[in-house]
Amino acid sequence: MSTRLATGGRLIDRSKQQSFTFNGKRLTGCAGDTLASALLANDQMLMGRSFKYHRPRGVVASGAEEPNALVGLGTGARFEPNQRATTTELFDGLSATSQNHWPSLEFDVGAVNTKLARFLPAGFYYKTFMWPRSFWKHVYEPVIRQSAGLGKAPDAETRDADTYEHFYAYVDHLVIGGGIAGLETAKRLGETGARVLLVEQTAHWGGRAPVDGGEVEGQPVTEYIAGLLAALNAMENVTLRSRTMGAGIYDHGYALAYERLSDHAPTTQGPRHRLWRIRAGQIVTATGAIERPLSFAGNDIPGVMLASAVRDYVENWAISPGDRTVIVTNNDDAYRTALVLKSHGLDVPAIIDARVLPTDSALMAEARAKGIAIHQGHAIDHVMGTKRVRGVAICSHAGEGGAVIEEIPCECVAMSGGWSPVVHLWSHCGGKLNWDQANAMFRPDLTRAPTGDKGQAFVTPAGAANGAMTLGDVLEDAVAAAERASGDTRTSDAPKAVVAVEAPLAPVWMMPQGASIKHRMKAWLDYQNDVKVSDVQLAAREGFESVEHAKRYTTLGMATDQGKLSNINGLAILSGALGAEIPQVGTTTFRPPYTPISMGAIAGEARAEIFQPIRKTPIHDWLDKNGAEWEPVGHWRRPYCIKQAGETTEQAVHREVKNTRENLGLLDASTLGKLIVKGKDAGKFLDMLYTNMMSTLKPGRCRYGLMCNENGFLMDDGVVARIDEDTFLCHTTSGGADHIHAHMEDWLQCEWWDWDVYVANVTEQYGQIAVVGPNARKVLEAIGGMDVSKEALTFMGWADGELAGIPVRVYRISFSGELSYEIAVKASYARELWDLLMSVGKQFNVMPYGTEALHIMRAEKGFIMIGDETDGTVIPQDLNLHWAISKKKEDFMGKRAHERADMAREDRWKLVGLETVDGSVLPDGAYAVGEGTNANGQRNVIGRVTSTYHSPTLGRGIAMGLVLHGPDRMGEVIRFAKTDGTTMIDAKIVDPVFYDKDGEMQNV
Amino acid sequence: MLTLHCPNCGIQADETELAPGGEAHLKRYGPGSSDDEFHSYLFTRENPRGPHFERWRHAAGCGKWFLAARDTVTLEVYGTYPAQTLEPPQDIKDAITAKHPGWQWREFS
Ligand SMILES: [Zn+2]
Repeated sequence: MSTRLATGGRLIDRSKQQSFTFNGKRLTGCAGDTLASALLANDQMLMGRSFKYHRPRGVVASGAEEPNALVGLGTGARFEPNQRATTTELFDGLSATSQNHWPSLEFDVGAVNTKLARFLPAGFYYKTFMWPRSFWKHVYEPVIRQSAGLGKAPDAETRDADTYEHFYAYVDHLVIGGGIAGLETAKRLGETGARVLLVEQTAHWGGRAPVDGGEVEGQPVTEYIAGLLAALNAMENVTLRSRTMGAGIYDHGYALAYERLSDHAPTTQGPRHRLWRIRAGQIVTATGAIERPLSFAGNDIPGVMLASAVRDYVENWAISPGDRTVIVTNNDDAYRTALVLKSHGLDVPAIIDARVLPTDSALMAEARAKGIAIHQGHAIDHVMGTKRVRGVAICSHAGEGGAVIEEIPCECVAMSGGWSPVVHLWSHCGGKLNWDQANAMFRPDLTRAPTGDKGQAFVTPAGAANGAMTLGDVLEDAVAAAERASGDTRTSDAPKAVVAVEAPLAPVWMMPQGASIKHRMKAWLDYQNDVKVSDVQLAAREGFESVEHAKRYTTLGMATDQGKLSNINGLAILSGALGAEIPQVGTTTFRPPYTPISMGAIAGEARAEIFQPIRKTPIHDWLDKNGAEWEPVGHWRRPYCIKQAGETTEQAVHREVKNTRENLGLLDASTLGKLIVKGKDAGKFLDMLYTNMMSTLKPGRCRYGLMCNENGFLMDDGVVARIDEDTFLCHTTSGGADHIHAHMEDWLQCEWWDWDVYVANVTEQYGQIAVVGPNARKVLEAIGGMDVSKEALTFMGWADGELAGIPVRVYRISFSGELSYEIAVKASYARELWDLLMSVGKQFNVMPYGTEALHIMRAEKGFIMIGDETDGTVIPQDLNLHWAISKKKEDFMGKRAHERADMAREDRWKLVGLETVDGSVLPDGAYAVGEGTNANGQRNVIGRVTSTYHSPTLGRGIAMGLVLHGPDRMGEVIRFAKTDGTTMIDAKIVDPVFYDKDGEMQNV
Repeated sequence: MLTLHCPNCGIQADETELAPGGEAHLKRYGPGSSDDEFHSYLFTRENPRGPHFERWRHAAGCGKWFLAARDTVTLEVYGTYPAQTLEPPQDIKDAITAKHPGWQWREFS
């Protein structure tokens, strides 16, 4: 059993007991524990079940690379799945649950999948899709459903109870990794006076060095580290942040770091996580290295751990992983684990070393002197046990397994397949790798570094991340990295380290080297996604030779750990199966973030009401108080309708239409885009932008205009008013103001920069109120002020003046077909004018109306709406707007495009009105079906609905649509499919102007 | 995330402040142009591995357009310059030549 040793534990404080629960069971740990070490201290070796086969799994690693020990953390609004127990610092009251099991961790029904392993090979999902559909539904889906999902999603109804923030930092040097290499590099860089930010993902400085030991400059390495830290803390130009992971490196020195402020102390005030958005001149990746597992049968049984992790648990947290630990290795480093275990009084029955060395290395001799049996040239044939290790059976490494020489009882197996530099961050922005055959590792190629905006290398690796594997080499490289980053040549030597000389490792990708299929099917590469050696080999046999294909086919490295332990081993197996060299097969792409970061940190402060600020008109508050049912229009909110007590939405809309047509309606039109275009060439410019002629417009008059893009497609419309010889005011659609403004600026700055034209977007500077209906003139006259008579202010004219002393500009334009005045006032006067219109309007039965009434009234009049009748593929000619396309102008945006064959063809769908035969309302977007089928066997379509409403004025459904040869088919009945796809609805093709065809109502 | 120097306001702008505008130095073809010319103007764009001339707008900054010569492989920025320019300035051409002797871009090199 695993337990807490009586003494030791570098990181724990035994005087501070902390209680926590695991699957509801109350347990106790110490301050300084991780959840993983606390569970081990309580003999909880089994921590979860695997994703696919629900195999029992225990912790393998001690840090960020952990694939197995994932738990659901917290409860309610603070529940989070897939949290690594190895990076979760214990706190009093922590609550964790294990994952992927049913009904319990100890007894799991889904584990039957492991018996079905033969039927769930690599590429299972892809293969199954090709089988008869019935097999999928009745045979496989129930099995897959059982195992689908990694962890449990938080309750959809809960909301994250914590807060998060973004933080911006600009530094000369960002050093990622606070191990001895990062500390040494940061100190050297700090001494140049440059601004340095050093981040470390754990709560502790020094990385592996304190556990791995050694001497630097005649001091124990822990003292040397304390000295570095003190020096760094004393530098004002250096910022140190622990619990902060370098998550990703991006173009031009941009980097993200993820700081966990209160995960370890949840009662702390302030944000839980902070996302650092860093721009750095140079980035040093001192990200260390990760030990590789060995691929032998049963290497996933709880109790099989990385040798370095076993060492960490003993030294850092005083954990005994079991009384007896067998070491299995292909290198010298794992011997350190044997020595550490021995020094704590634990038993190491055997070191199984795949190598055969001519003479003992230093570490080997030390182990032998401690009385540890070393089996050279041997391998683990298989691990005995199911829910925990009972022992190992050993065989010759040269063989194919099965010929067991000896069975050794033990509770823990510490494995080491060598080390892989953490090259992730180096690679994120394009840093390239070389294969180092001697050390069996990919390491950064310094001649092919990520390049910045000056073409300079801006990332440099340091220490183990650069393939320096001994303390002395690490320090030497850290100093070199500081030189590479700063461009300064060194002023002092690298610190001298004393460490044991190690014998070279021998690459071991499979154990024993000729392992039989029976062994390979039990040898796990990717613990989290349940990918075995045999799966990768099968993928290769089936033709998935590219590493990116094999990865997706087998799902190797695609789980939340992104293959930190499995990628290199999987790659080596793939290259072996293909008979290719490892560098020829290459690695998959390393993508940020290095380990998962919370969605909350990504969102930062941008949530709830500040996620996207709402634009409000001066009349917004009045509408809100008086029953507005809001709908979003760009960043604005506009009232769909303004409900009275007891009304349904539909009733309100119909009332608003009826009242506006019969009495008086008010519309808040303030969201309408308003662009002032001014200058000697303003007319010439607008002639280029609009399809019709604007330069001939007289001051005091308005003209409706269409805007196309260079492709000829209709992009916006609106009324243009000429203010004076040099000044125009262009109204755009509510959603179009910003992009039409940008469109104008683009052409003025980049094409016609010699024209004398200036554009200002004054949308928010003015409120605009549409006063609409037969009583419109009456209410204005009752308020009193400027002359708004038919003679003084004719249709499509505008005038400046005053109403009740308020300076106004009144446009006589109509989007409803009724007598209508649109009154623009300075935004600060808008509410006053609105209130005045509402109170004086009472005697004329005034009512405000919303966007739906606006839409219905314009549809009754056959007016198009950008975004309804247009969708980016519609040209003005499709909408029978030829009258608004100038034939006199030599050039305007879209003119040349309209001559293209596809634009000029006869059979483009054209705008018509549609009247259902039974008076019902056509579904929006419905297609009219024609005869026959197209090349894909689908029914031919001959048109579609673009706008559709119930018209309260006409008491029936009306619609507009684009129909093949539509204008030539007046009176014909065509059929539309309802949304169920089968029910048909007949509609007659009619003139799109349903109401007041001669325009008598607006022209009074 | 790229950073580009805005020649209009002098700020070294983050990509989040900038809006891309596609290829620079396009010649506009209008009425009277052939189908091929117009088609090419609308749809045909350079897509090199190497130096690329492009339009950027300092959208969340001064609002002005400018042009950039940028390497699509190394992300090196050879220079940024005003939008009111028919050809890249000589110093930018020279910077490209230093890395890509013999480079060519449509009409200029
Ligand atoms: Zn700028």
